[in-house]
Amino acid sequence: MSATKYESQLREPLVNGNKTYGQVTQDIVHTIEAKPTRLWYIGFYISVALLMFGAYSVYREVTYGIGQWNVNRTIGWGWDITNFVWWVGIGHAGTLISAILLLFRQGWRTGVNRAAEAMTIFAVMCAGQFPIFHMGRVWMAFFTLPYPNTRGPLWPNFNSPLLWDVFAISTYFTVSLLFWYSGLLPDLATVRDRAKTKLRKHLYGVASFGWSGSTKHWQRHESLSLVLAGLSTPLVLSVHTIVSFDFATSVVPGWHTTIFPPYFVAGAIFSGFAMVQTLMLILRKVMGLHDYITLGHIEAMNKVIVLTGSIVGCAYLTELFMAWYSQVPFEQDIFFKYRIAGPYGWSYWLMMTCNVVSPQLFWFTKLRRNVLFTFIMSIVVNIGMWFERFVIIVSSLYRDYLPSSWSIYYRPSIWEVGFYLGTFGLFFTCFFLFSKYFPVIAIAEIKYVLKGTGESFKNDMEGLESKQLGEFVEEMHHGHHEEGTVKIAHH
Amino acid sequence: MALKKFVVGCFEDEKVLFPAVAKVRKAGYKFHDIYTPFPVHGLDSAMGLRETSIHTAGFLYGLIGTTTAVTFMTWVFTKDWPVNIGGKPNFALPAWIPITFELTVLCAAVGMVLTFCYICQLAPFVKKHTFHARATDDLFVMVIECGEKTNEDELKALLTSVGAQEVNTQIAEEGWWIGRYDQEQALYKEPNIA
Repeated sequence: MSATKYESQLREPLVNGNKTYGQVTQDIVHTIEAKPTRLWYIGFYISVALLMFGAYSVYREVTYGIGQWNVNRTIGWGWDITNFVWWVGIGHAGTLISAILLLFRQGWRTGVNRAAEAMTIFAVMCAGQFPIFHMGRVWMAFFTLPYPNTRGPLWPNFNSPLLWDVFAISTYFTVSLLFWYSGLLPDLATVRDRAKTKLRKHLYGVASFGWSGSTKHWQRHESLSLVLAGLSTPLVLSVHTIVSFDFATSVVPGWHTTIFPPYFVAGAIFSGFAMVQTLMLILRKVMGLHDYITLGHIEAMNKVIVLTGSIVGCAYLTELFMAWYSQVPFEQDIFFKYRIAGPYGWSYWLMMTCNVVSPQLFWFTKLRRNVLFTFIMSIVVNIGMWFERFVIIVSSLYRDYLPSSWSIYYRPSIWEVGFYLGTFGLFFTCFFLFSKYFPVIAIAEIKYVLKGTGESFKNDMEGLESKQLGEFVEEMHHGHHEEGTVKIAHH
Repeated sequence: MALKKFVVGCFEDEKVLFPAVAKVRKAGYKFHDIYTPFPVHGLDSAMGLRETSIHTAGFLYGLIGTTTAVTFMTWVFTKDWPVNIGGKPNFALPAWIPITFELTVLCAAVGMVLTFCYICQLAPFVKKHTFHARATDDLFVMVIECGEKTNEDELKALLTSVGAQEVNTQIAEEGWWIGRYDQEQALYKEPNIA
């Protein structure tokens, strides 16, 4: 019978292997219950060392002032804001995966959303450091908040994009954190209920807020997730839009363009997905999650990368075209004399190669499904996206309207670099802790899609030949109260 | 602390669970709850639960955020400390859209999560009775409260007949408490697979 059976493969399974619910739990939770591997310790200590170096760099900056950095007139933003925008951009993929793909009912998000959301939160934490310490007198950072004070009260300027940024980033961080943690509650409860030591039971009991898995709670949880996704979708778009306003509302040539919001958002998704790929491929390898993060997942993310990379490429070309078409001499000088050529021309072409040319290789299915190539590309893309921000900031600032204030060639000081490395330390320290102590894959969500889209779904197809179609559909539908997952193989 | 008596039936497959729910309801029993490891769509309506209205709460919180942002910025820039910036209008509504939007989202999200935690009684250190340790792993645990008139044996027989793998009676606290997770600190044991 099976030899003649035609199996129509509409979509590849989201979960490979014939898994039961219990196996899913076991596969994802066992790394939490086991002792960390040596590789984990090595990675963790390197991250902590970087974090320490970053902390010392920040200490020098706070104690001696911004002079510790090589930022100058006119390049006041330098590496600092480059890094800020870079990290914020990376922080966009998590919410995109968990919110926008939830609204679009993309089942494959379940394999990667938890870790991607965690990545988002850590990336936003890193991003937040840069504008805060760029203030110089960091102990005054709370002046940005509109609180009743004894200076009038003197309020912040609500018309300023820099203040919008304060609201956008802090809202984004809070909402992402809530979204992530509310999704984690059931999975932490799973770890709690499997605990074999009192300490673990206690700690995960506290962390899981006493989650029981009640049907009513699940119903509310589903509704909560959906609304948070609905809120996060415009939020994630607004955050990078507002970051781009920091540039676009100024009158600096190369910044003052209306194309910036969509261009920045596409770039953010682009770099964010690349970072998700970097982390996921490592997690997948180290924790043996091949059945949950399949080649299909990697390919889907690579498709997003090639799409957003092409959008970014279009934006670069549009900028060049508009500089010529506008006939504004300052715009033309910035783009044609000082950006694609001049002392910083190398960074422009590096950006072009990494962001526009190399992702085009992802049009080939073979390369999209090649793990090693994807890993290399994910790093190339993030190098390119860092240089995009560097190009935007530095090449627009080092030659401004007054030739007398044109700055010398800008190089970062060791403490500027140290600050950047420190945020890598922060990011990876958090990520290592997360991967050890939290379920890196959304267990409940995997179980939810398991029978509808996993390989085990085929089990239910056995009786197909002997049944009437209507009878079969009725039976299938009863078991799977999900929309549109009933696959019917025809002869 | 109100201790109550519950009859607990555990199911391994949601395909068995759905007909069982219908039969148990038809027999006139009222569910205390069904604990599942993941959201089983349709189970809420099969149990006769009403739709949640938490999204309405979210909408209201969002409105609060919007009004707070708009009224506050209006008050600051037109009443409390008007600043003449190149003759631009003090009431600069378009420039306030970003902050208004952010505050709307912030209030809606925070409000909804707090409401969710409140109505589901979820908080750090809150403890609830676990009817079966595998309810968060791979079992669907149906819990029915025993009233004075409930015939326990009959109910157990019914649960077995509709496909429950494991049926037992438990005397447990129905609400939540703060303290040790459970008095015996019963830890997880590997399930006995025969």
